[in-house]
Amino acid sequence: MIEIKELRKSFGEKLVLESLSTTFSSGKINLIIGRSGSGKTVAIKSMLGLHSIDSGGIYFDNRNFSVMNDKERKEIRKEIGMVFQGGALFDSMTIEENLSVPLIMFSKKNKSEILDRVNFCLDRVNLVNVNKLFPSDLSGGMQKRVAIARAIVLNPKYLFCDEPNSGLDPYTATIIDELLKEITYEYNITTVINTHDMNSVMQIGDQIIFIKEGKKMWEGHKEEIMNTNNKYLNDFIFSSEIFKRLKKSIS
Amino acid sequence: MNIFSTIGKYFIFLKKVFSRPDNKSVFYKNVILEIYNLGITSIGFVAFVSLFVGAVVTLQIAYNLENPLLPTYLIGLATRDSIILEFAPTMISLILAGKMGSNIASTIGTMRVTEQIDALEMMGINSSSYLVLPKIVALIFINPVLIIFSMFLAILGGWFFGDLSGLCSTAEFLDGVQYYFIPFNIYYAFIKTIVFAFIIATLPAFYGYFTKGGALEVGVSSTKGVVNSSILIIISNYLITQLLLN
Repeated sequence: MIEIKELRKSFGEKLVLESLSTTFSSGKINLIIGRSGSGKTVAIKSMLGLHSIDSGGIYFDNRNFSVMNDKERKEIRKEIGMVFQGGALFDSMTIEENLSVPLIMFSKKNKSEILDRVNFCLDRVNLVNVNKLFPSDLSGGMQKRVAIARAIVLNPKYLFCDEPNSGLDPYTATIIDELLKEITYEYNITTVINTHDMNSVMQIGDQIIFIKEGKKMWEGHKEEIMNTNNKYLNDFIFSSEIFKRLKKSIS
Repeated sequence: MNIFSTIGKYFIFLKKVFSRPDNKSVFYKNVILEIYNLGITSIGFVAFVSLFVGAVVTLQIAYNLENPLLPTYLIGLATRDSIILEFAPTMISLILAGKMGSNIASTIGTMRVTEQIDALEMMGINSSSYLVLPKIVALIFINPVLIIFSMFLAILGGWFFGDLSGLCSTAEFLDGVQYYFIPFNIYYAFIKTIVFAFIIATLPAFYGYFTKGGALEVGVSSTKGVVNSSILIIISNYLITQLLLN
């Protein structure tokens, strides 16, 4: 479980997150939704210490991450997997080396055990025979799957994904969403995903928070999201023609 | 950002860089990789520049020593001293600051803007130490080797082209090269080279590491890294010379 309390972050004069508080449950897919520029990525990066915060608290299973020193944070980070928006694969390394990095750095596994774990994770995301390829040899969807495989290679307790299906076609996006759902339930991970894709929300979202201009405007479940009275959330959801028609047909 | 906050940020960055590597065997492997990527790949370039600049130095000295009262072996002596004292350690370091510095700044800058550095941090890896410390160690090791190689080839180039042009015979040139040799000059050149290697490794890395934005800013960081490391090399060259040769 991850708890954030009164999280506040600004860049110079610009306030990006304002008193953001919520709880992300374990074994569930927790979504942060909002328009581009609403502060979703800043929220995730602030939770992970990639951005320093102005004030507030971030608790990973009651351990206050925001007051920890670098050494303590490093230990927590070994329990976290992160899928970045662009994949962030190391482009000078092969896929096998990309997945091996955290294992070589922090596990006591020997070479063959590392290779077994790498192959297991690649297999888990349905990738075969890609070990010796470089990230540039793969399609966007495959790169995202490698990024997910790398994120789970150390058996994380927490998984963060920053717009995992941005730039992907709807079919591949669905595959990525399903994969994240399976992994979350299978390993009982606390998964936090940033997205503005309503298909993802309806497909995999267990708990959802909607933020606008750095403020939490709504929190609930996907079953409630279609019937909310929140004007900003309605504007966000029903901006697409498909969802407008869907609402019409429901009503 | 004003100059004082940049200097402060640079030293804070260095403090992080010089923390203990997370995994020693990975660190040694990365040092070897950097020796190859930054040093070995520069050998051809250094050889080419050294040979021809050595030749030009000899020709210019010969041109300035046309007085018949001055012995011709002075051409060899002056060539040797200008190459050992200034050309090899300083000029080659400046050239390497361009080649290696742009490589370091653009590689690290690209890793920053594509979130690869964030990915390292998220794995619990000290990204600055992981990326920069092997480069520092590699350059402090390989740059003196490159400078010795440069000294040798520049003197060789001077001798060959001096003889070829008929300005200074082989015997006279070699006499001059061996005449009144001061071994301290080599130590002085090494000290300079090591300081310059540190600058070449850290300053472009600093600018690359703190790149913000996209491809355009990577280019800006690369330029800043090369220009500022060149400036610092020139200033430290003066300071070291003042300290060691006066």
